[in-house]
Amino acid sequence: MTTAATTHTHRDDVGSRMGMWLFLFTELILFGGLFIIYAVYRFKFPEQFSLAARELDTLIGTVNTIILLTSSLTVALSITAIQQGKKHLSMMLIGMTIIFALAFLVNKYFEWSHKISIGIYPQSPELLNKPPGEILYFGLYYVMTGLHALHVIIGMVVLLFSMVFIASGKINQQSYVKLEAGGLYWHLVDIIWIFLFPLFYLIS
Amino acid sequence: MSQHEEQHTQHSIGYGRYILIWLGLLAFTGITVTLAGIDLGRWVIITSLVIASIKSILVLNVFMHLKFEDKMFKIFVLVAVATLVIFISLTFFDYAFY
Repeated sequence: MTTAATTHTHRDDVGSRMGMWLFLFTELILFGGLFIIYAVYRFKFPEQFSLAARELDTLIGTVNTIILLTSSLTVALSITAIQQGKKHLSMMLIGMTIIFALAFLVNKYFEWSHKISIGIYPQSPELLNKPPGEILYFGLYYVMTGLHALHVIIGMVVLLFSMVFIASGKINQQSYVKLEAGGLYWHLVDIIWIFLFPLFYLIS
Repeated sequence: MSQHEEQHTQHSIGYGRYILIWLGLLAFTGITVTLAGIDLGRWVIITSLVIASIKSILVLNVFMHLKFEDKMFKIFVLVAVATLVIFISLTFFDYAFY
C-alpha cells in the first residue's frame, strides 16, 4: 500500500494539518473572547438573560443544531469516500454539506428577520427600553450568532472550492489534505454552535 | 507512530463509525433540550456545558481525527483549551468575589 512516494506526501500532509489546527486555535481565541464577555454578563444579570432567552425559538435552534451536526457527518464521510477513491460520492457528500449550510442560513435569516420585525435589534427603541441585561443578551446574540453565520458562509465557499478541486483532480485518492483542512474548519464551526446553542436557546 | 501505521488508521475510519457518532451527537442534543425543558434552576448551565463538552470531544476525536493524530496535536489542543479555561476562570476572580 505505502510506497516511498506516498510516504513522502503524507509527511507533508501532517504539517499541513498541523497548520490548519494552529489556525483553528486563533479562531478559538476569537470566539473565546466573546464567550468571556457572555460569561461575565450572564453572571451579573442571570434573571434578565433568562427572560431575554424566552424570545428565542428553541425549535429553530434545535433544528439548526441537527442540520449542523448532520453537515459535519457528511463532510467527514466525504473524506472517507475520497480515501476510497469514490470521487462522485465524495462530491455528492460535500454538495449535501453545502445544502445543509444553506438551510442553516435560511433558518437564521427567518429567525433574525422575525426579531427585527418585532423591534429587537441593536439600538432599536424597543430594545433600549428593556433592562440592561436584556440589551446585553441581544447584543451578544447578534454578534456571536452573526460571527458564527459569517463562518458558515466562509466554510461554504471553502467546501465549494474543495468540490471544484475534486472535479479537476487536484484533490484525489492520494492527496486529499485540502479537503481535510476544509473539513476541520467546518467541524470547528460545528463545535462553536454546539456551545452557542445551549447558552442562548436553553437558558430561559 | 510510523507513517505506515498512520496511513493505516486513516483508512480504518469507516462510514459506520461516523454514523454511530452522529447518532450519539443527535442523542445528546435530545438530552440537552429535554433537560432544559425541566426546571433545573442553576443546574441547567452545568448540565448544558457538560453535554456540550461531551459533544465537542466526540467531534474532535472522531470527525476531526484527533484520536488518530500524532501526540503533538493532542498536546496543542489541550494547551489551547486550557488557555481559554484559564482566561475565563481568572476573569471570574474579578467579578465573583468583590
